[in-house]
Amino acid sequence: MAKTMPKVDVVLVGFGWTGAILAQQLCDAGLTVVALERAAVRTTPLNWATTFDQDELRYMWRHHLFQNVRYSTLTFRNNVNQAALPMRHLGSFLPGTGVGGAGIHWNGQIWRWLETDFKLKSHNETRYGKQSTAGLTLQDMPLSYGELEPYYDLFDRICGTSGQAGNLKGAKQAGGNPFEAERSAPYPTPPLPMTYGPKLFEQAAASMGLHPFPHPAGNLSQAYTNPLGMQLGKCTFCGFCEKFGCGNYSKASPQTTLIPYILTKPNFELRTEAEVLKVERTPDGRHATGVTYIDSGGAEYFQPAEIVALTAYQLHNVHLMLVSGIGQPYDPATGKGVVGKNYCYQTVSSVDLFFDDKLLNPFIGAGALASVIDDYNGDNFDHSGLGFIGGAYIAGMVTGARPIEMVRVPDGVPKWGLEWKRAAAKYFLRSMSLSVHGSSYPQAGNYLSLDPTYKDQFGRPMLRMTFDFPENDLKMASYCTDRAAEIGKKMGASLVHPKARKGPYDIKPYQTTHNVGGTMMGESANDSAVNKYSQSWDVPNLFVTGAGLYPQNPGYNPTGTLAALAFLTADAIKSHYIKAPGAPLVTA
Amino acid sequence: MSAAWPRSFTGRTILVIAALILLLVLISAGTWLWFSANEPKFSDPPPGLLSILTEPIPEGPNADLIRRGRYLTIAGDCASCHTRRGGRPFEGGLGLQTPFGIIYSANLTSDRDNGIGAWTPEQFFNALHNGAAPGNKRLYPALPYPHFTIVSRADTDAILAYLKTVPPVHYAQPGNRLPFPVDIRASLIAWNALNFSPHAFQGNSAMSAQWNRGAYLVEGLEHCGACHTPKNVLGAELNNQAYRGAAIENWVAPDLTGNPRTGLGRWSSNDIVQYLQTGRNAHANASGLMGEVVAYSTSLLSDSDLLAIAAYLKSLPASPTLSSGAPDAAAMRAGSAIFFDACTACHLAGGKGQPGMFPPLQGSNVAQQDDPTGVIHLILAGTRTAPTRSRPGFQSMPSFAWKLSDQEVADVATYIRNSWGNRAPPVDARRVAKLRSKLKLTQPLASDQR
Repeated sequence: MAKTMPKVDVVLVGFGWTGAILAQQLCDAGLTVVALERAAVRTTPLNWATTFDQDELRYMWRHHLFQNVRYSTLTFRNNVNQAALPMRHLGSFLPGTGVGGAGIHWNGQIWRWLETDFKLKSHNETRYGKQSTAGLTLQDMPLSYGELEPYYDLFDRICGTSGQAGNLKGAKQAGGNPFEAERSAPYPTPPLPMTYGPKLFEQAAASMGLHPFPHPAGNLSQAYTNPLGMQLGKCTFCGFCEKFGCGNYSKASPQTTLIPYILTKPNFELRTEAEVLKVERTPDGRHATGVTYIDSGGAEYFQPAEIVALTAYQLHNVHLMLVSGIGQPYDPATGKGVVGKNYCYQTVSSVDLFFDDKLLNPFIGAGALASVIDDYNGDNFDHSGLGFIGGAYIAGMVTGARPIEMVRVPDGVPKWGLEWKRAAAKYFLRSMSLSVHGSSYPQAGNYLSLDPTYKDQFGRPMLRMTFDFPENDLKMASYCTDRAAEIGKKMGASLVHPKARKGPYDIKPYQTTHNVGGTMMGESANDSAVNKYSQSWDVPNLFVTGAGLYPQNPGYNPTGTLAALAFLTADAIKSHYIKAPGAPLVTA
Repeated sequence: MSAAWPRSFTGRTILVIAALILLLVLISAGTWLWFSANEPKFSDPPPGLLSILTEPIPEGPNADLIRRGRYLTIAGDCASCHTRRGGRPFEGGLGLQTPFGIIYSANLTSDRDNGIGAWTPEQFFNALHNGAAPGNKRLYPALPYPHFTIVSRADTDAILAYLKTVPPVHYAQPGNRLPFPVDIRASLIAWNALNFSPHAFQGNSAMSAQWNRGAYLVEGLEHCGACHTPKNVLGAELNNQAYRGAAIENWVAPDLTGNPRTGLGRWSSNDIVQYLQTGRNAHANASGLMGEVVAYSTSLLSDSDLLAIAAYLKSLPASPTLSSGAPDAAAMRAGSAIFFDACTACHLAGGKGQPGMFPPLQGSNVAQQDDPTGVIHLILAGTRTAPTRSRPGFQSMPSFAWKLSDQEVADVATYIRNSWGNRAPPVDARRVAKLRSKLKLTQPLASDQR
């Protein structure tokens, strides 16, 4: 028998970026908030202090900060004709667990979508005809860039994002991204200084008539105090961002920007080691009464709440919707249903560059230290006759030179032995990769569902992922990787080895933790799980945050947009929802 | 200094003889340090403490008096000592460690049996002014009545009015754990005879009202000298060395005088205000015991009172500068390498720091105290900046105990204390070893395992 806890205004399921954003906003509005986080409290000094943080074996290889498959995993198959099997080691993507979520071990790459990314289907069909989107289940977002801009800006000010604006209130800015949509304010801190590798990229790209600019970074170029009084330090370019916590308080994370502020609020409570099993509803199914969760000792609780917000990682939010029976599960055979639909990923390619005559010292790195071009992203270039839509940013990026993970040797060098050692020694300081960070567009057979065979430790069906790269995205990857290789040659690399992403999708090697879709937002209950305020069409006091809201994934890292959407959701709850609780914010 | 209290030993011959006997006992037992909390690092606030100190007090009878009383209670930093770890606000029970044993703070809630619920204003004034509880029970000067003696009757009345609104907690602190003869409260009669005479605040009419307000707060409720003034063997403050910095429970409470190297000579009044209000400024971050003072007391004071405190502190004459010999070149070389590897990520090259975030070490008064205990302690144990309302983060310095040997800690401390214009006595590895053992910190790993 579950123990019933005192009722609160809001229960948050998961306490990473979006949970922290909702907690901060809603506590400041006077609501009582309880956050349930499945794993432990984590803090900078205890969990990733500078004295032991740069430990690849512990953090990268042994997944110290990531979801442990012994605790929680998913099943996977490439297509509906295969039987999915449980993943016993995660590789392609590495969701976080514990307070701060994946916001601890991200690279700090903070992007906004292009204006056209918000109207992707209609824009492409208008420009290139209906056949351009054939085979893809693209969908427009139910809101415009302009509606989201104030929240993008707020997230930048929370993080102290370092960068160079390219479009300030409509005026183009030298040195910034000329393709970006209008910003209402400059970046809070100046861009990171470029090291040698990114500088070579910048010079080569500029000489080719492209438009390089510094990658917007959550690794800060200087000390910064955010509007909540939270302080961040200057990044030291130690090169341990992705897969690591930051011991220097230099990387924007829930811990460095929000959580200590939230913890001062008497109307906030954090409960850790609290795994939510199910969203409970009234008998008619139209109202969430709260959530049932289990603690690490196995005791069950019911947490009643006026508002339930699923603020866990995208995969878990989809899973909770499915196991709670909320919304119609998507069926690829009929195309009916919305929950689990439009699962997309990120089509990441790269070009390895080896320099015989240049010492790049790539160990001087940071998660978002890059010169980048957006010329081949989204619809920033003419796709006529190319046979695909979408694109990628191309970045001369140096996130570090971590010796276990990042030893590059040219193609053809054996994987072990003397020759490998010679090549590794020669190129460790003389190589870098260009990142080709491509869009991922949906197709009917890519989706998330409940596995018919395998159950998790709580007896619930596991989440099943069915995914392969659509033809469109592989063509995009090939085209954009070729463009990157041209820049690599111009940079003067002795060896240029393009690695365009190829199918079938392999879930084992690391690519990126950018899983999106499955709880997408849209114009009506027929085409989406939630409205533009992230409010469930079926259960109006249920809100869902995160990248699951995306109907497809543009060629950008997802955190900036999902954080902005969380601020928008919080604003909608504060300004509208609580005046008429339980009512839909959009009628469709 | 006009605010210092007068002393008179006349007519107390018998007591003095008794005190001298006691003195011998005390000297043989070591230095007498009354003030020290048992938690060296800034801890999470006890549940509900910050709320009770900051939530609006509703209108009602005596609301203004109670509000003023709470403000003065904050100015006295009463909550820091009178709330045990994890306890309810003001229930007492925090063990203050002295070389002789542990003294537990009293219950200040409105509970009639164990708290101050049944106390009269006269009794409360008598406790703060004379150091005597009802029934003429002598109080240990762990309650800093040598400072509180100058607090006005109007103010003690207000404080009591507020404390009587604190929800009663029927908690009795454990009995003190003190050996003979210190456990006999009558011994305090002798201590008082030597070290204390009750008196009222005597302002200095030559100085501004602001300065006088600052003196009243610093000398009285805030009892700054309790930590920052060196003490005699009986633990009484040496008034001729007021605010020149003192050792306290494995830390150093820094010099607060105008000395530009060890004191506040380089701090402007606004720097002092910013430090006390936010817990950090361009020179230093508050952590450890001072972190608690900032979190529960000074960060909640009014701007005008903080400016008054700053005005008073800025008037303190500079302490004498001790000369120290040039440091050993080999230690400086080794220290420089360790500094580059272990410290520059936050404190940056040249010890420039990131003002307000990570303290600069160049010119740091904390780094240049004559007594290196504080620097060694910071390196060995690490620390955590106090969170405040305007700066809720608690950026921390990690412990290097497992990573640096005694010699390495000594070398890097010597380097920090003697680089970029800094100058302070070099640090001996034996001192590091001693503190490491006192703090029960781990030995470093072998150099190939770190």
